[in-house]
Amino acid sequence: MPATAPDSTVAPTGAPDAPRSPREPIVRFDKVRKSFGTLTVLDDLDFEVGFNEKIAIIGPSGSGKTTILRVLMTLVEPESGVVWVDGRPLWHKQVNGKLVRADQRHLHEVRKDIGMVFQHFNLFPHMSVMRNITEAPIHVLGKSKAQAREEASALLAKVGLDDKADQFPSQLSGGQKQRVAIARALAMQPKVMLFDEVTSALDPELVGEVLSILRDLARETDMAMLIVTHEMGFARDVADRVVFFDRGQVAEQGDPVKIFSEPENPRTQSFLKAVLEH
Amino acid sequence: MGLRFDWDWAFAWEILPRLLEGAWITLQATVVGFALALAIGLLLALGRRGPRLLSIPTTVFIEFVRSTPLLVQLYVLYFILPNFGISMSAFLTGVIGLGLHYGTYLSEVYRAGIENVPRGQWEAAIALNFGTRTTWKNIVLPQAIPPMLPAFGNYFIVMFKETPLLSAITVVELLQTAKIIGSRTFSYVEPYTLVGIIFLMLSYPAALVVNRLEARFARYRS
Amino acid sequence: MGLDLLPVLIRGAGITIQLTLVSAALALGMALVAGLARLSPLWPLRFAAGLYVEVFRGTSVLVQLFWFYFALPLFGIRLDAFTAGVLALGLNVGAYGAEVVRGAIRSVPVGQTEAAIALNFTPWQRMRRIILPQAFVLMLPPFGNQLIELLKATALVSLITIPEMTFQGLTLRQTTGRTNEIFLWLLVLYFAVAYPLTLGVRWIERRVGAYTRA
Repeated sequence: MPATAPDSTVAPTGAPDAPRSPREPIVRFDKVRKSFGTLTVLDDLDFEVGFNEKIAIIGPSGSGKTTILRVLMTLVEPESGVVWVDGRPLWHKQVNGKLVRADQRHLHEVRKDIGMVFQHFNLFPHMSVMRNITEAPIHVLGKSKAQAREEASALLAKVGLDDKADQFPSQLSGGQKQRVAIARALAMQPKVMLFDEVTSALDPELVGEVLSILRDLARETDMAMLIVTHEMGFARDVADRVVFFDRGQVAEQGDPVKIFSEPENPRTQSFLKAVLEH
Repeated sequence: MGLRFDWDWAFAWEILPRLLEGAWITLQATVVGFALALAIGLLLALGRRGPRLLSIPTTVFIEFVRSTPLLVQLYVLYFILPNFGISMSAFLTGVIGLGLHYGTYLSEVYRAGIENVPRGQWEAAIALNFGTRTTWKNIVLPQAIPPMLPAFGNYFIVMFKETPLLSAITVVELLQTAKIIGSRTFSYVEPYTLVGIIFLMLSYPAALVVNRLEARFARYRS
Repeated sequence: MGLDLLPVLIRGAGITIQLTLVSAALALGMALVAGLARLSPLWPLRFAAGLYVEVFRGTSVLVQLFWFYFALPLFGIRLDAFTAGVLALGLNVGAYGAEVVRGAIRSVPVGQTEAAIALNFTPWQRMRRIILPQAFVLMLPPFGNQLIELLKATALVSLITIPEMTFQGLTLRQTTGRTNEIFLWLLVLYFAVAYPLTLGVRWIERRVGAYTRA
C-alpha cells in the first residue's frame, strides 16, 4: 500500500467548500465543458479535490457524475476548459507558456497519477488474477517480475484474496472480481483513485466486502479518492466531503453529516428523499 | 502507377455493349436462381423441422450440398441429368444448380430467423388460442422475416458474384462473353478488367444497401 | 463401382490440398495486415486496406482468377497457373478475412480498452497484450469457415488447367466417358475432406461460445 505521508493530515470535518489542505489541490477542473450531442453533461464545471481528500459524488443518473471521472481518466476529452492534476494540465501541455492540446506522450505522463476502478470490473479474462495485477507494473512501470509479484501478493492479502492468485476472473464472484480490480488499480500507486459506482453491478450480499475495502483505503492511504456511489450510508461514514451533482453542475457540496441531514438545495432534498425512502 | 502497355479505349468502348448483354444474362440468372433458392430454402427449412423420416434426409442433403463445390454440382447437373432423359438449356441447368446450392444456405437463414422469434410469442399464441396457420401467418413470420432480409440480401450479392461459374457449363453470361471476345481478339486486358469493373459497380452499391438494411433491423435483435 | 478411377482423382486431391494450404497462408497474412490497417489511425493505411477489401470482395473470385492468369501477362507479368491460382484465392479470401479480423477486434468489449487506458498501457501494448489475444479467439470460427470455402473454391482453378481434383475428373471423363462414376467420386472426395473440417469448426464455435459467455 502507498505509504502515508507524515505531513498535512486532515481533520474529518471542516469548512464546506474549501479544499481540505493548505496544499495545491490535487485535481482541479477549470470551466470544463462536455456535451454529448445536445445534452450538456459538464456545464463549465469548476471543481477541486484536495490532496488526500475522500470525496463521495452522488446525484441522479445523467447528471454527469461518471463523466467527471471519465474526463479525469482520459477516457473522454472535454470540449473546453482545463483539467489540472497535481499542478500539471491533463488534456493540455504547456508550450512556451501557452496551453496546447496534449499529445499521447503527455497524456501517458500525467495519467500515471490517476487510477480507476470500473462498475463492470473490466478484468482481463485471458489472464490469471496475479497476471491481471502485475501486467501493468511490469510493462508500464518497468518493474521486475519478482518485485511486481511480491507487491501483488501483498495487495491480494490486503483485499483478502491471497489464495486466488492463480485463478481466472471467470472463476470468481462479482465481489471478488471487484476486489481484484481494486488491487490491480492500486498496484500502479496512483495519487488519485477513481471509483465509478463500483458496487452497483454486484448482488446485494457482495456489496459489503467491497465497501469494506474502500473504507480501509479511505482510512489508511493518502490517495485522493473520488467515489461515485449510490450507497448513501457508506458515503456519510467515509467521505470528507459529499458532492451532489446535478445537470452538469455541482448543486451542493459539503460535510456529509450536514448534506444528508439538512440539505439546503431543493434538488438535493428531492433527490435524497427519492433515494432514501424505498 | 504507370501502365506499361496501351489500354485501348476505343476497343474497350466497342466491346462494352456486348459485355452489357452478357451482364443482362448474369442478372437474369441471379434473379431466377435466387427466387428458386428462396423457395427451396423454405422447403428445406420446413423439412428439417418435420418428422424424422423427412428431417434426416433433408439434413443429409443440406450437409452434402454445402460441403461440395458449386462448380462440381453444376457439372453433375449438366452432364448427368441428360442421362436420365431430362434435357434443359444450359441457362436453366445453371439456375437450378444455383437454386439448389444456395437454397441450402438460405434454409439456415430461415431456421435462424424462425428460432429468433422468442418462445414467449409462441406461448402467447397458444394462450390466445390461435390455430397453427394463423400463428405462423400473423405472429411468427411477421417477426421472423424482417431480420432475415439483410442475410437474404447478402446471399443475393454472393450468388451474383458466383454466376461466372455458369460459364463452365457454356452459359454465355458476362465472363463467358469476355472470354469469347478475348480469344477472338487476343486482347484480354480490356474485357476482363471491364468485367471486374462491372461486377464492382453492381455489387458495391448493393452491399451498401444491405448494410443499411442491417443497421435498420439491428433494433429487432434482442 | 469405379474404384479404379480413384488413384487419379486422389492425385488431384493432393494438388487441391496443396493449393488450399498455400492460399490459406497468403489469405491469413493478408487478413491480418489489411484488418489491422483498416483500424489504423492513419487514413492512407485505412484507405488502401479498404480499397483492397472492397475490390476483392466486390468482384467474383473466378473473374479475379482469369484476370491474374490472362490479363496480367499483357502487363508484362506472366504467372504460371498455380501462382495465379494461389494469388487469386489467397487475395480473395484474405479480403473476407480482413473483415473477420476487424470485426473480432471491435467485438472485444470496450471496457477492456478502458481498463487498459486506465492502467496507462501504450496503444501498442493495449493491442498486443489485451485486445488481440481476446480477439484472436473470436476469429477462429469464421476463419475455419473461410478455410472450408477456400477448399471448395480450389475447384475453380480447374478452369485454368491446374491439375487439381476437378480437373482430373474432367480429363478422366473425356478419356473414359464414365461420367456418372467420376462425378460421384468427386463429390464424395470433396465431402470427405470438407465435412470433417465443418464439424471441427462447429466444435470450435461451441468452445468459443462457452468462453465468451464465462
